[in-house]
Amino acid sequence: MTTKYTKDHEWVRVEGNVATVGITAYAAEQLGDVVFVELPAIGKAVEKGGDAAVVESVKAASEVYAPISGEVVEVNSALVDEPAKVNAEPTGAGWFMKLKVKSAGELNGLMSEAEYNDYVKGL
Amino acid sequence: MMNKQGRPTTGTATNGGELATISGHRGLDREVKLIFETGRPGACGVDLPEPELKHDRLGGLRRRGAIGLPGLSEPEVVRHFVRLSRKNYAIDYGLYPLGSCTMKHNPRLNEKMARLPGFADIHPLQPVSTIQGALSLIDHLAHWLKLLTNMPAVAMSPKAGAHGETCGLMTIRAAHHAKGEAHRTVVLVPESAHGTNPATAALVGYTVEEVPANERGRVDVAALKAKLGPNVAAIMLTNPNTCGLFENDMIEIADAVHKAGAYFYCDGANFNAIVGRVRPGDLGIDAMHINLHKTFSTPHGGGGPGAGPVVLSAALAPFAPVPLILHGANGFELIEDDAAAKSHDAKPFGRMTAFHGQMGMFTRAMAYMLSHGADGLAQVAGDAVLNANYILASLKDVMSAPFAHSGPCMHEALFDDSFLKDTGVTTLDISKALIDEGYHPMTMYFPLVVHGAMLIEPTETESKHALDEFIHVLGTLAKEAKGNDKRRFEGAPHFAPRRRLDETAAARKPVLRWTPPAKAQAAE
Repeated sequence: MTTKYTKDHEWVRVEGNVATVGITAYAAEQLGDVVFVELPAIGKAVEKGGDAAVVESVKAASEVYAPISGEVVEVNSALVDEPAKVNAEPTGAGWFMKLKVKSAGELNGLMSEAEYNDYVKGL
Repeated sequence: MMNKQGRPTTGTATNGGELATISGHRGLDREVKLIFETGRPGACGVDLPEPELKHDRLGGLRRRGAIGLPGLSEPEVVRHFVRLSRKNYAIDYGLYPLGSCTMKHNPRLNEKMARLPGFADIHPLQPVSTIQGALSLIDHLAHWLKLLTNMPAVAMSPKAGAHGETCGLMTIRAAHHAKGEAHRTVVLVPESAHGTNPATAALVGYTVEEVPANERGRVDVAALKAKLGPNVAAIMLTNPNTCGLFENDMIEIADAVHKAGAYFYCDGANFNAIVGRVRPGDLGIDAMHINLHKTFSTPHGGGGPGAGPVVLSAALAPFAPVPLILHGANGFELIEDDAAAKSHDAKPFGRMTAFHGQMGMFTRAMAYMLSHGADGLAQVAGDAVLNANYILASLKDVMSAPFAHSGPCMHEALFDDSFLKDTGVTTLDISKALIDEGYHPMTMYFPLVVHGAMLIEPTETESKHALDEFIHVLGTLAKEAKGNDKRRFEGAPHFAPRRRLDETAAARKPVLRWTPPAKAQAAE
């Protein structure tokens, strides 16, 4: 089980053929209190780098991009009523969606945790 | 000899106002309940005879319960709204540095003119022969707008900036369709754009593609050119842009856009910075809305809708929406429908509003133009830019200005929050502390291309004295924040009628309407 990160502050954790996607603690902190989350429909095919979800805070609305391509097999519908979970546990209960991985090779281009931490320090 | 009998003229020390008042009011600033929470059922401010209803045609639709209007006498209604108005902050009250809004003074002359009965008391359905004066004013205003922009046509009816954008894009769509180019489905929008630009493009049915900014805060021309293609219908660009900067590459952009078969829409919201000095028609623009209620005073509307006339290039002019005003044999004529328009070689895409536009705003804008004259309008732009640069120059070292390195700004000064790094103070805290200091805050967290943005537009109507006071306050706040003195920021505003609001709760659990107590209890 490995967790990888994007420059747009999404994380993706792959277990077998299924990838769980969310936004990082840094992203959650930058957004401020999340007030609304729009999740994709189950069965939707998302492309790496394409729009996958929308997260809205008091400050701004932002797209959440798919870190890898795949088909949406599950969404965290608890976020609809409790968007605060994104701030409280961004890498845990605040996950957004699960994707059926289309091409595991796409993960290679993403950052490791150490690389992501260095990237954030430079921002 | 000192008067020792009268009332003291100096205050005695108080306990800082911490003792709650008996009434719940704070001094002469009274708390205001919702109008539904005041009054008595059955009380009424007017005395009308019961209507004699012979035939009730409502049938099953007849109201069964009480209508639930608040019961108040006339003086109670007057007091309610006067008390509310005293909590309002207005340009007539103080400096209103809201970036991108051009909160300039409203000359009283405009108000006097707009209230003349010949303009204020006419009805749009009056015979055209009886409103020749009003049509003449609209025609004069159109003439000046065309002259100031060097554009051959103008659609006068749109009632706001975003409405003007919609009008412009619908005109562009009609022009593409007339050329058999309905396959153009993409509108390019720079990432610093007003949010209304992508929203308008989406509303009209286009797909929006973003164009990045360069490190100078301007459109990245190479990235723009790479996105141009046979599917692009238009680009929407704001100039001066929302970073308060003049887009230098307008002609190069216009040439590339036209070469690709697309049209060039310019968001004219910031026209105040260039009015009388730059003519958008000279820059290759095909359509641009002008916020009459910004550039020509009456910011934030005039107690009604604004006005966003759209100037159009020769290529787009035939597709302008009705109504059109023509000089006929018997004075001004209104062309109201497509058939009539066709006999004048026009191909209008339709109609934006029921009538011809916002007469009150037309009158104010015309009065503003005529009282300033051509030289005065050029000075408006010059002074607006000078005032913004005075703020930028005075504060760029104590705050942080991301684009100050690229030269002077236009009508607004943009700061980011990098000077607040590691202080624990945010852009929001600075804004709230400004409220305590008696100022409406600047625009914050916009444009999105800048982190923690603070966008300040003083306009030309502020004196140097007023600017110096504001600069002193904002500069002192910035220094205190950097010196880790957070007393003014934590929990600010301290002196407003309400302390800091819980915006998160307001967004997550909005209370959008008042519910009568009986009903609210029954629901629980």
